[in-house]
Amino acid sequence: MDLENQKRVKEFAEEYGPENVVVVLGAAEGEGAGLAAETVTAGDPTFAGPLTGVQLGLTVYHVCEEELKAEFDPDVYDEQVGMMEMVLDLDDIAGEMSAIRDDFCKFL
Amino acid sequence: MNSVIKGASYVLAHTPQMVFYNGTTQTTEKVVNPESEYLKAIDSHLRTYEEAVSYWPNQVYIGNAHPDDLAEVAFPYYDKAKEGAERYGKYGEIMPEEEFLLLAQTVDVFEVVKLDKDFVAAHKDAFAADPIITEDIVAKIEEGIDAEEIARLVSEEHAEGLYHAGKLVGCVKRAHDIDVNLSAHVMHENIMSKATSVLALLYGVRNAGIDKADIEYVIDCAEEACGDMNQRGGGNFAKAAAEIAGLVNATGSDTRGFCAGPSHALIEAASLVKAGTYKCVAVTAGGCTAKLGMNGKDHIKKDMPILEDCLGGFCVIIAENDGVNPEINLDIVGRHTVGTGSAPQNVIGSLVADPLEKNGMKLTDIDKFSPEMQNPDITKPAGAGDVPLANYKMIGALAVKRGELDRKELANFTKDHGLTGWAPTQGHIPSGVPYIGFAREDILAGKIKNAMIIGKGSLFLGRMTNLFDGCSFVIQANTGAEDNSGVSEEEVKGLIAKAMKDFAASLLAE
Repeated sequence: MDLENQKRVKEFAEEYGPENVVVVLGAAEGEGAGLAAETVTAGDPTFAGPLTGVQLGLTVYHVCEEELKAEFDPDVYDEQVGMMEMVLDLDDIAGEMSAIRDDFCKFL
Repeated sequence: MNSVIKGASYVLAHTPQMVFYNGTTQTTEKVVNPESEYLKAIDSHLRTYEEAVSYWPNQVYIGNAHPDDLAEVAFPYYDKAKEGAERYGKYGEIMPEEEFLLLAQTVDVFEVVKLDKDFVAAHKDAFAADPIITEDIVAKIEEGIDAEEIARLVSEEHAEGLYHAGKLVGCVKRAHDIDVNLSAHVMHENIMSKATSVLALLYGVRNAGIDKADIEYVIDCAEEACGDMNQRGGGNFAKAAAEIAGLVNATGSDTRGFCAGPSHALIEAASLVKAGTYKCVAVTAGGCTAKLGMNGKDHIKKDMPILEDCLGGFCVIIAENDGVNPEINLDIVGRHTVGTGSAPQNVIGSLVADPLEKNGMKLTDIDKFSPEMQNPDITKPAGAGDVPLANYKMIGALAVKRGELDRKELANFTKDHGLTGWAPTQGHIPSGVPYIGFAREDILAGKIKNAMIIGKGSLFLGRMTNLFDGCSFVIQANTGAEDNSGVSEEEVKGLIAKAMKDFAASLLAE
């Protein structure tokens, strides 16, 4: 995850409390989504950014996961995400995301 | 009349030492984690020049194989050498690091690049033997200085080291004692961009079959900024590179737009030529040292060689319509506007579907799409997937949503209207433009009738806006006499004849 984005996630978690922050990802691949999810839960796996060694344990979802989809107005979702739903490997993404959440998320 | 694509060039400079010393993934690691295992592992994961030359995607980039040939090669590519691979290709070349350092010295006009005199003596002849390197460029090679002086400049004067085969062989000095915009680091970055751009311009002129003096304007669309502390991005890389390339009749300017820069620059160039402002415009860009080894950590983790070890450059020559070469159709221009939004379907809609719809065309009417043509061998191991394929899936999915394509045809669409990515991940370099050379030839050969070039840019990286950006245009077969921008003499005669006939008929009727 981009170093600046790591910094912003860290600042939001400090400002609002980690239990009140939900990170929504839009990565195109399961692996990329998993890495970003790992960064905001267990810390930066590349040891490069501000979240290195910082285990925020934030709640994190990919926008294409069913749990998150249910939160949207269906028309808005179709307009904004419908095309990508057709393109992405949803099972792969959901698998990666739930594995990371099960292991590292502190607030579910 | 629409302008035409007269020719294109694509060049690479194999710079493995710069991966270690100048790529930001590595320079960041040196600051954050100087004793890391990653840094220790880099040297053993750098490719030799021969390995970089025989790498399939590199051979495609310089024109020694077609993207369709690459599609037939079993993935991954890094463990397969292309038989009969060569340094020179029809679009350009892959220059070895030692010769590239000499080129870098010749493009420097402020005496900031200094090379070891033994190094110069050892490689000068090889550099001069490169057929594209002209005598006036060879004449710019300095004799060089003592190795001790170079070591002193690096250790005491903040000079940026230049290395070959693990040895310090030169440096880029700072161009000012205090000004950070003229620091050795910035000068190094800019000179390497300029050097690759010069090389691309030289091949661009050759490939277009024109005279250097024919070029009236140069647009540089790389992602670097040159200037001093009072005008940080003042420019002008275009004119600076044109000077070294010997384009005596050209002036120029820089166009910036992150990775979308080349597409913006090409639309501007095509407009300038169509308007008659200039007869011949070169769009050029050099490579980016910062991006070398960008995904190196992932490559090493998967025990692959570091594949981002080349600087890229390209040049496209846009000229007045010659009735033969493929045209840039400026009626079909896609734009991601301020109001477009960032959802992928809005982005693809604005860049691909909207401009086609305005011209009564469907997505399936475009034979080949050339979006971000990143080599998947580099991006897939880093978790970024196959970027071109993801783009084709999005374009296909939009066609399905618009009812222009049956959902069952989605897989075929990505194959029939897509290409396998081959370009180095140098930001602006893979962005739409790598296919222009092939598109020109494929259209001339009647293999395809048109192609859409799509550039996208991540403007938010500059922290000035959260917006994304992009633009697109269509290259099509030359329409020759079908030009409708004016009325020909024949048409005037026809109109007069018809009017007289109608008048005679009306007289008879009376």
